[in-house]
Amino acid sequence: MSISFSRALGVHEQALVIRSRRSELLASNLAHADTPHYKARDIDFKAALEAARAGQGGGLERTHPDHIAVGSPGPGGEPLYRIPEQPSLDGNTVNRRVEHVKFTENALRYQASITFLSGRFGGLRTAIRGE
Amino acid sequence: MGLLNLFDLAGSAMSAQSVRINTVASNLANAEVASASPEAAYRAREPVFTAVLDEFGEHPESARVTVADIVESDAPVRQRYAPHHPLADEKGFIYLPNVNVVEEMANMISAARSYQSNVEVLNTSKQLLLNTLRLGQ
Repeated sequence: MSISFSRALGVHEQALVIRSRRSELLASNLAHADTPHYKARDIDFKAALEAARAGQGGGLERTHPDHIAVGSPGPGGEPLYRIPEQPSLDGNTVNRRVEHVKFTENALRYQASITFLSGRFGGLRTAIRGE
Repeated sequence: MGLLNLFDLAGSAMSAQSVRINTVASNLANAEVASASPEAAYRAREPVFTAVLDEFGEHPESARVTVADIVESDAPVRQRYAPHHPLADEKGFIYLPNVNVVEEMANMISAARSYQSNVEVLNTSKQLLLNTLRLGQ
């Protein structure tokens, strides 16, 4: 019986990729908290993870070599725009508190995935050594 | 790697916010500088931020923050009657900058908070990256 690494690591590998993309988006929102007309963006983690597990990249596929290459939207698909809670004069839709909370939560969940992954690696190592 | 882009992003936001703090410092420092005519008077400055897309970047959403322009306020300058002032014009008026000190203080606090939250983002992503590097050890 062989050890399948992709099965051993479970969902956490894809989760980490999507989490890091999401942290990029949330950090971008925080960085642009004072930029006029900036619209806050985020990805739906659950839907993105389901798409990643189903093996869909979330982007357009080129079925012919002559097709113009469309930049891949990256893991998690095209980001969505956040619905602002209150309008602002400069057209910016970033709510600093909301973004901060989401960024911290996302970082924590990233850490959790890392912890699960190290546990899996520990288990694999034990299995290989047979101690 | 998404987390490495964060360093560029948060760094650009921090430098933009420090430009903002610089203009606040300049406005506050020049708040009481008198001049002989309304045209020569110092005017409050404020930076305008914009998002610049990195065309070679992997993801278009990691747009960095840059200072598009530094605009001068077009509020009227303050006029004060001071006939004994060496810079007073023939009617005895001197002209003082249109700097609103209360506004500048609020602006400074807002800039400092934004700077702090970007430092926080940097620290968090550094921690995440280090933990990822140590994965499986």
